Amino acid sequence: MFLLSLSLSLVIEKVILISVILGGSLGIAMYSTWAERKVAAVMQDRRGPNRAGPFGLFQPLADGLKLFMKEEIIPTLSSKFLFVLGPSLAMLMALMSSAVIPWGPDIVTSNGTISLQVADINIGVLFIFGVVSLGVYGIMLGAWASNNKFSLLSGLRAASQAISYELAMGISLIALVMMTGSLSMREIVDGQHGFWQDGYFSWNFFKQPLGFLIFIVCSFAELNRAPFDMAECESELIGGYHTEFSSMKLGFYLFAEYINMFVSSVILSSLFFGGYNYPGMDWVALHVPPILFSLIGVGVLLGKAIGFILFFMFIRWTLPRFRYDQLMNLGWKSLIPLALVNMLITGAVILWLNK
Amino acid sequence: MSHTISTRAKQVDRRPMTFMESLYIPAILKGLRITLGHIFKKKATINYPEVQRPFSSTFRGLHILNRDEEGRERCTACGLCALSCPAEAITMESAERKPGEEMLYREEKYAANYEINMLRCIFCGLCEEACPKDAIYLTQTFAPSNFDRKGFIYKKDDLLIPFPAETTQKIETK
Repeated sequence: MFLLSLSLSLVIEKVILISVILGGSLGIAMYSTWAERKVAAVMQDRRGPNRAGPFGLFQPLADGLKLFMKEEIIPTLSSKFLFVLGPSLAMLMALMSSAVIPWGPDIVTSNGTISLQVADINIGVLFIFGVVSLGVYGIMLGAWASNNKFSLLSGLRAASQAISYELAMGISLIALVMMTGSLSMREIVDGQHGFWQDGYFSWNFFKQPLGFLIFIVCSFAELNRAPFDMAECESELIGGYHTEFSSMKLGFYLFAEYINMFVSSVILSSLFFGGYNYPGMDWVALHVPPILFSLIGVGVLLGKAIGFILFFMFIRWTLPRFRYDQLMNLGWKSLIPLALVNMLITGAVILWLNK
Repeated sequence: MSHTISTRAKQVDRRPMTFMESLYIPAILKGLRITLGHIFKKKATINYPEVQRPFSSTFRGLHILNRDEEGRERCTACGLCALSCPAEAITMESAERKPGEEMLYREEKYAANYEINMLRCIFCGLCEEACPKDAIYLTQTFAPSNFDRKGFIYKKDDLLIPFPAETTQKIETK
């Protein structure tokens, strides 16, 4: 009976946490679409959406409503099951990777601790890699199932791009994991406690600048975002993998991209920019109640993530799209060797320091 | 040697990238600086329905049919505007003024129907120049959009400037 009640409270706690995270990431993804249009407008000396509500803030709602109201078209010669599976998979995988992210420090109360992480698995980084590489199946299946040669080409590109850049991404992370000695997201973030430790910056960015550079370039590629948006390349492939999609299935694809962007921003800030850690957090921990301390941590993490989202948009509206051969050359001939060198140097330095 | 007709034509540089170029990062930073600069630039767009750009003083827009000081129609349906119109956008039918209509029409003859097809009109202003009675003028507005071709054929009611309020009262008291 005791075990049952214990697990029930745990289940309730996790369900609440999951709902908050899902709602939060959906909300942030929604407003990312608005922010993207505003950022684009600002960079092109325009105004951007400003009609729906103050500053156009209701624009995402209007867009969503429009997508819901559109006619649902499934091409006659498509594989119907896979056609529906594609966007669902894209959305599912986009939402799943947020499960291992530590959103803030544990809330320690007299009744026990509440963890702000859905699952602290000891292979968190691996889990993220698995989910991210599954995410490309959503694009591939949807593209193949629409029975359209442009979509097929796009699916092909998305798959080869994902495979090429996952390698460099993984190798650049191995260096990080070697330093931290753990694959758990929680431990990686806790390893970057505060801002200054043992006479050096504690954030991984300052220990692995090259690794960070490789990782962020690869996340651009994994997200299928400009300058690596080969998969949806409007000027060559019409709309790429979502050419044949309409209504909310198209909406799912577009939305999954923004959720992915949010999640990868959070991962970037967790792995390299200290996650919920900030300068002077020990002082804050002593002076504020634990719940507030955790919430400040969440706020700091979200702030960093929003910074990264803005950076992603900034890059998108600055750089032209890479050509396909340039993309492959960059991935295989530059990033992978660089990541390998980075790994070797990190290993050598660790050995030298431990001697 | 390549032969070019235009002096502005530029040969595309197809040399392989140098090492610095293949790093991409200097070029990316340069690009980011440019876009960053645009954040602080003045916006080229105005909030259209609330803010409107002024037309030039010589702008030729939608036509009006004028009235004289006493509120009588000036047009005598002479047809000079239709004759001068290079786009053949103007048609009219004349009618004779009847006794008792002196406060409505200035001369003995007036336009019973007057139509301008705004889809044909090229807003050249020749009708305005041709009119001997100062009856037709081009204003500073333009034809609003319409769902129908018919909606662009402006009848006399659409063109005639409204009756001045004081003259309406004068006529009513008479």
